Amino acid sequence: MDPELLLIILVDGLVYGSYLFMVAVGLTVICGVQKLLNVTHGALYAFGAYLAATLLILYFRVDWPEYGAFAVMLLAALFLGVVFGLIIERGLLRHLYHEDEHIIVLATFAAFLVLEDVLLLIWGTDPYLAPEPLGLLGSTEIAGLPFDNYSLSMVLLSAVVASVLWYGLNRTQFGKLLLAVIYDRELAQAMGINVNRIFLLTFMLGSFLGALGGAYQAPAISVQPGIGVEVIVLAFAVVVIGGMGSIPGALIGSVIVGVARAFAVHQEPALELFVIYLIMATVLIVRPQGLFAPAKPRTI
Amino acid sequence: MSWRQDKTLWGLTLGLAALLLLNFVVPDWFRNILTLSLARGSVALGLLVLWRCGLISFGHALYFGFGAYTVGLMSRYLGITDAFLTIACGVVTAGLLAYGLGFLLRQYRGIFFALLNMAFSMILYGVLAKLEELGSTDGISLEATTYLWYAPLGAENKTALFVFAVILTWGVAVLVHLYLRSTLGNMTTAVRENEIRLGYLGYSGERAVHAKYVISGLLGGFGGAIAVLTIGHVDPDSMVYWPVSGDFVFIAILSGTGNVVAPFIGALMYELIRTYAFDQFPGIWQLIMGGTLLAIIMFLPNGLWSLVDRGRSRAGAGALPAEREEG
Amino acid sequence: MSASSRTRFMALTAALAVLLAAGAASAQTVKVAVPTFLTGGGAPTYGVPAKNGVELVVRAINEGTLPAPYNSVGMAGRKVDLVVYDETGGGTKQVTELRNKVQKEGVDVVAGYISSGSCAAIARVAEELQVLTLLSVCGTPRIFEELVKEPKYLFRIINHSTGGNVGAAHYVVRKLRGEVKDGYIGINQNYAWGQDAWRDFNLAMQTLAPELKPANKQQFPKLFSGQYGTEISVLLRAKQKLVHSSFWGGDLEAFIAQGSARGLFKRKRFVLPVGEITANRLGKKFPPGQLARGPYGLYAEGIDTPLNKWFRSEFRKAYKQPPSSPAYHYADSIVAAKYAYDTAMKANGGKFPSTDQVIKALEHATFDILAAKVKMALGKGHQAVTSDRWGYAEWDDAKGEIVVKDVVEFKAECVNPPEGVNAADWVKGGMKGAKCD
Repeated sequence: MDPELLLIILVDGLVYGSYLFMVAVGLTVICGVQKLLNVTHGALYAFGAYLAATLLILYFRVDWPEYGAFAVMLLAALFLGVVFGLIIERGLLRHLYHEDEHIIVLATFAAFLVLEDVLLLIWGTDPYLAPEPLGLLGSTEIAGLPFDNYSLSMVLLSAVVASVLWYGLNRTQFGKLLLAVIYDRELAQAMGINVNRIFLLTFMLGSFLGALGGAYQAPAISVQPGIGVEVIVLAFAVVVIGGMGSIPGALIGSVIVGVARAFAVHQEPALELFVIYLIMATVLIVRPQGLFAPAKPRTI
Repeated sequence: MSWRQDKTLWGLTLGLAALLLLNFVVPDWFRNILTLSLARGSVALGLLVLWRCGLISFGHALYFGFGAYTVGLMSRYLGITDAFLTIACGVVTAGLLAYGLGFLLRQYRGIFFALLNMAFSMILYGVLAKLEELGSTDGISLEATTYLWYAPLGAENKTALFVFAVILTWGVAVLVHLYLRSTLGNMTTAVRENEIRLGYLGYSGERAVHAKYVISGLLGGFGGAIAVLTIGHVDPDSMVYWPVSGDFVFIAILSGTGNVVAPFIGALMYELIRTYAFDQFPGIWQLIMGGTLLAIIMFLPNGLWSLVDRGRSRAGAGALPAEREEG
Repeated sequence: MSASSRTRFMALTAALAVLLAAGAASAQTVKVAVPTFLTGGGAPTYGVPAKNGVELVVRAINEGTLPAPYNSVGMAGRKVDLVVYDETGGGTKQVTELRNKVQKEGVDVVAGYISSGSCAAIARVAEELQVLTLLSVCGTPRIFEELVKEPKYLFRIINHSTGGNVGAAHYVVRKLRGEVKDGYIGINQNYAWGQDAWRDFNLAMQTLAPELKPANKQQFPKLFSGQYGTEISVLLRAKQKLVHSSFWGGDLEAFIAQGSARGLFKRKRFVLPVGEITANRLGKKFPPGQLARGPYGLYAEGIDTPLNKWFRSEFRKAYKQPPSSPAYHYADSIVAAKYAYDTAMKANGGKFPSTDQVIKALEHATFDILAAKVKMALGKGHQAVTSDRWGYAEWDDAKGEIVVKDVVEFKAECVNPPEGVNAADWVKGGMKGAKCD
C-alpha cells in the first residue's frame, strides 16, 4: 500500500481512537476502582456536550478572548463532575453497594433513562451548535490532506489525560490509597482508609472525564437528544477490550479499534460497522480479562 | 413433593384457565399486550433460570431476535406460515446458537458474562442492519399465521394466536418449573454460592451453566417467535438492539426470581406502565420507566414477587424451599 | 394474604380498571392520532417541526381559517381532536401503540410516521385494524409494492424516496454533466433509508449519464455515529467531485461542521436529497452551492398559492422560523384528511361520511396540498406523486436567510414509475415510461 495512505490511516485512526478514549476513560476509572459499570456515563457525556454547547454559544456572544472557549469546556465538565458525583454516588449508588453487581448496573441504567428525559426537560429538543472552536486552531496538511487541528488536539488531550491519570495513580498519595482500595476494599477499610470518600472522589473524577469527553466533542457535533445512547456501547466495548478498569488498556484498546476502523473505512467500508464488535469478541475469546487486566485468582 | 401439593403448578394452571376466559372479555388492544407479555415474560423466565447460578445476560435480545428472525425469514423466503413449525424452528435455532456460544460463555462469570452476551447481540444487530436480504433496518413483515390446516383471518387469527400462545407458554412454564425443582435445577444455586466447592462435590459448574444457558436461549427464541407472530413484523431496532436486552433485565428485576409465574406478571406490569406512561407523558415516558425501575430496586429489591412471598409468610404458609431466593 | 398486600393488590386491580376504561371516545369529533419523534435523534429536525406543522393546521381547521378550498370549519363539519405521540423505539412499540390508539382510544385517522421502519411495521396492522392511515414522511417504496399490495386504509401523500433520488440524478445531468466528469461517490447512513437512497440515485445516474462512473466503494457509516473524520479523509482523497449523501438531522450537521473545518465543501459538490431541513437550520453555516430538494420547505418559498402563503406566514408567526419540509409533510397529511372528509361529505348529501366513503374520496384523487398538487396515482390510488424541485441552497445576505437558486422542477411523471411498476425495477430497467419533456 502506498505510504501516504498508511500515514492517513494512522492519523485518522489516532483521531478516532482518541475520541474513543475520551469517551471511555471516565467509565474505565469508575469501573476500575468501584468495580461497577456505570451506564449513566452516557448521560454524562450528553450533559457535558449540552452544557458546553450552551456556554460556548453564550461565550462567543461576548467579546472575550477566543481561546477562553477551552476553559469554558473544562469548567463545564468540572461542574458536572462534582454535581453528578454528589447526586448519583451519594444519592443512589451508596445505598446499593451491598447489592449484587448486576443490580447496580441496572440501577445506573434506570438513572440513565431518567437523565435522558431530564436533558429534554432542561434543553428541549432543539439541537445546539457551537462550532466556533473548531475553526480556532486552523488546520495542518498531512500527506496532502487537510486535517483540522481541533481533531488533532484530541490526540494530545487523550495523551495528557492518560499521563495525568497514570501519574496520579502510581506516584501520589491518593493513588496509593486508591490502589489499596482497588486491591481489597475490605482490607483497605480495615486499615483505616476512608473508602466512602475515595468512592465519591473516584465517581466525581469519572463523571468529570465523561462530561469532558462530551464537552470537547460539542463543537464538532450537533448536540441533540440521543447522543448519550450512542456512546454507551462504544465506551463499554473499549472497557471490555482494554480490560475492566485498566487505563493503559483503554488507551491501547482505543488506538487499536481506531486504526482498525480507519483501515476498514479506507479499504473495505462494508466492514466498518463490525470492526469494534469483532475486536471485542476476539479479545474476549483470546484474553477474556481484557488486554491489560491481570487475571484474578479464584477464591474458595 | 407430589404434583397435587405444588402450588406453582396449580397457580400456572389457574392462570391458563383465567387467560383463556379473559379472551372473551378483554378488548383487542389489551389482549395484544397480554400476548406480548407472555413473549417478553418467557425471555425474562430464561433470565431467571440463568440468575439461579448468579449470572445475568445483557444481550438476550440476541436469542429473542434470533427466534423472531427465524420466523420472519421462513415466512419471507419459504412461504412457511405455520405457527407450530415456525415457532419450533425459532426455538431450535435459538437453542442451537445458545449451545454453540455456550461453550465459550460458560467460562465466564459476573459482568464479563453479561457483557460478552451484549457483544454478540450487537454483532447480530450489525449484520441485520447491514444486509438488505435480511430486511435491513426496515425489517421483515410476516404473512398471516396458519395453524396446520386452520387458516383464520383478521380478528379470528388474533384469537387463535392468543389461545395458542397461552397454551404453549403454560407448557413452557410448567417444564421450566419442573426443571428448577429437580436436582439438576437446584444444583446451579450452588454455582452461584461457591463454584469451586461444587467442583469438589463432583459436579461441573461449567456444564451446569451451559445447560442453563441453552435453556435460557431456547426461552429467548420462544419469546421472540411469539412476539413476532403477535406484532407481524420484525426489525432489528425493536428486537435486537441493546436497550431491548435492557428491557428484559428490567422485567426480570421487576418480577423477582421467586417463581416461574413472576416473570409473566412482571412483563404485564412492564407493558402496562409503559402504555400508561406513553399515553399520559408522551415526552418523558422514559423518565417514568426509569423512575419505576429505580423505585423497585430501592424499595422492592426482590421484585414484585416478594410481595406475594411476604403475604404468604405472614399468613403462615411458608413458600416452597426450592424457590426461596436469598436477598 | 395479609391486609397490606391485599390493599396493594386492590390498588393494582383498580389501576388496571382505569386503564381499561380510558377508551371511550367522544363521537362528535374526528380523532386524529399523530405519531412523530418527540424524543431521540429524530426529534429535533423531523419530529418537532412536524408536530408544529400539524398543530398549526389543526388549529386553523378547527377555527375555519385555512384558505380556500379548505376554509370550512372542521373535517366534514366535525372538529379535530388531536393526539400526538412518540414514534421512538422501533417497530414493535409502534405496532402496539397503534393498536392502543385505535382500539383503546377510538382514533379515526392516523396521520404521521417519519421512519420507514415504523411504516413498514405498521402497514399491515393498519389494514387489519381498518383505520384510515396517512403516511407522512417515511420513504420506502416497499409499502405499496411489497407489504400491502391491495391497500384500502393505507395512503401516502408524498412521493416515495425513489422520486427524490431520481430527481437528483436528473438535476445533476442537466446542470453539472460537464463539471463532474470524474464520476460520483456516495456517503449514506448504514440503514434502509441510506441504502435505498444510494441505490436509486446510482441506478438513475447510470441510465441518464452512463459515461459518469460511481466510485468503487461507497461509504456507509453507522447511523448516529457523529464522527466522520475518517470518511472525510476518504472523500478528500477520492477523485470524484460529486458526492451523494442522504444524511439528515444531527448526522448531517456534524458532518458539515467537521467537513467545513477541513475544506471538504470547497472541493466537492454535494447532492443532499434531504439537505433542505439542515440548510434551513444552519443558515449562514450551510456550505454554499450544495444541492438540495423540494417542493417543500425552502423550495416552497416561491410558490404563490394562497395555501402556501398562509402556511409560511402563519408558521413564521407561531414558531419564529420558516417551515421546513417535515412541517409541510405532516401538515399536508392533515390537509389531505380534510380534503377526503369534506369531499366524502359532499358526495354523501351533506351528511357525515363513513370511513369507506372517505377512502373512496381519497383514492385516485387529485387535490391541492400546501405547496403542490398531488395525484394519488400509484399503489392502486393510494400512493401520491408530486413534482420534484431541485436547486442550490445559498445564503442570501440581503434577505438574511438561506435561499435556493437555479431551481428546476421535474414533473411527477418524470421522477416516479408508472402505476404497476416496482420502483427498484423501474430504475434498474432504465426508467421506461418516464415523461420528462
